[in-house]
Amino acid sequence: MLNPSDWSAIRITAQLAAVTTVLLLLVGTPLAWWLAHTRHRLKPVWSALIAMPLVLPPTVLGFYLLLLMGPQGPVGQLTQALGIGRLPFTFAGLVVASVFYSLPFVVQPLQQAFEAIPARTLEAAATLRASPWDRFFTVAVPLARPGFVTASVLGFAHTVGEFGVVLMIGGNIPDKTRVLSVAIYDHVEATEFADAHRLAAGMVVFALAVLVMLYVVNRPAPERQARSA
Amino acid sequence: MIEARLALARRDFTLDVDLHLPARGVTALFGPSGCGKTTVLRALAGLERAVGRVALGAEIWQDDAVRRFTPTHRRGIGYVIQEAALFPHLSVQGNLAYGERRIAAGERRVALDQVVALLGIGHLLKRRPGTLSGGERQRVAIARALATSPRLLLMDEPLAALDAARKAEVLPYLDRLHEELGIPIVYVSHAVDEIARLADHLVLMDAGRVLADGPLADMLARLDLPLAHGDEAGVVLAGVVGERDVRWQLARLDVDGGSCGFWARDPGLPLGRRVRLRVLARDVSLAHTQPVGTSIGNQLHGTVEAIADDDHPALALVRVRVGAAPIVARLSKRSAHALALAVGQPVWAQVKTVALME
Repeated sequence: MLNPSDWSAIRITAQLAAVTTVLLLLVGTPLAWWLAHTRHRLKPVWSALIAMPLVLPPTVLGFYLLLLMGPQGPVGQLTQALGIGRLPFTFAGLVVASVFYSLPFVVQPLQQAFEAIPARTLEAAATLRASPWDRFFTVAVPLARPGFVTASVLGFAHTVGEFGVVLMIGGNIPDKTRVLSVAIYDHVEATEFADAHRLAAGMVVFALAVLVMLYVVNRPAPERQARSA
Repeated sequence: MIEARLALARRDFTLDVDLHLPARGVTALFGPSGCGKTTVLRALAGLERAVGRVALGAEIWQDDAVRRFTPTHRRGIGYVIQEAALFPHLSVQGNLAYGERRIAAGERRVALDQVVALLGIGHLLKRRPGTLSGGERQRVAIARALATSPRLLLMDEPLAALDAARKAEVLPYLDRLHEELGIPIVYVSHAVDEIARLADHLVLMDAGRVLADGPLADMLARLDLPLAHGDEAGVVLAGVVGERDVRWQLARLDVDGGSCGFWARDPGLPLGRRVRLRVLARDVSLAHTQPVGTSIGNQLHGTVEAIADDDHPALALVRVRVGAAPIVARLSKRSAHALALAVGQPVWAQVKTVALME
């Protein structure tokens, strides 16, 4: 059915989305917690910066990331000085770009979930001897669970679907940086519509399955309770 | 001794209090909403940061002079609020265990079983907070706080969200708490009936300041405080069940070693049992001579000790000392004038009803 290069694109896409999602949860959770609780006057600016990928054309984001990570860019100079080498046209470069690109899809659901936890619930935990970290892991995280599910699914799915940024940063190197969306584009360019179909239809099924799963897992609590009761 | 010297200035609110509260029994912080009583309680808990000093006995929780501030989770307090704030993701059992397993074994002075029994929540342990009634939630919240063996229990209007029936359900548990555990309680409320029933010591607050503070009975007998002006104004007296009239289902409740006795509906308590009585000012009338041919069964001979104006210009408040017990009467100024009431004058006080608080 699928030729080896398509399989390789699928594998790279899955790897990229998985690594990106894990990194995004690690970076996005503290960021979302801070945004949910800060009264800093620059909060709107930070919120806007994080939301930028939602409105910017991916190619614009990709272009500036390329300049930043390129040999003359500050990030590029840093990575070279640290002996990591250059990031563009590598898998690592794709990961970095994807983290920026999918950041709002992870931060926003987490922020909303954290903001929905009443302050008095966390205060109650404090009066029950829980330290700040303890409160975070034993009260905030369980109560924000739907937010974590949504953030993970959206972060993963959005990374799977990226195209413009990948093309700018990663190029189209088979077995290295060629992802699914680019592979579909290549098939269409080469008028291999049957191949394009197989991948595209697969993506449709994947997207639908992911969203159905999301809605099932994040059903409102009373419905779930009624079931288990 | 609980010390709290706190100052806080916000745009529309200034707090400035210097409190020295007994570290035993129930101390009520009482006042209209916005008077700062909740802020004081939150500062005791370390949830609010006012400037000053907070200490429980020798343990200093906050002293800004030496930049000391103990965070809430290290203060050894229990804290219960109006909304209960149970953890919705845990069962009742999980909620109770949350605080209990976070204290060292050596600090455990209150057993979980004891708390569960005290608050009557044994049948709820497997339930989720979302399925509990308001009264049940509040009892679980109190049990959860007690399970940490707190050295000070802070309660912020724990009954305010409950209707009269639920309130009546929880109050007896608070009485027992008071009697059985010996944990000092600071109790914020704006309900006079709760305070009359539960408090031993009263701090009266208004607009961020302390108007007066002292033992409950003394505070309620003062005519110069806003407490004496409400419809529910009245004194609280400590008594014992002295005699029971089985035929008429009445009991005599003796105050001040028997110098002053009230007949009330027999509460079914044994002789010698300590009780708390509440005599509302509106239920007391005064006469020069011992009234005859009256339906009112309680007639007490005493001396007028103080006379003051009530809020309405037609009314006066009169404090009569019967033995050592103070009783406050509310009457019209016309009646006071007709009786030519004066301080030091002997009078007869007739008390229509006596409410038994516990």
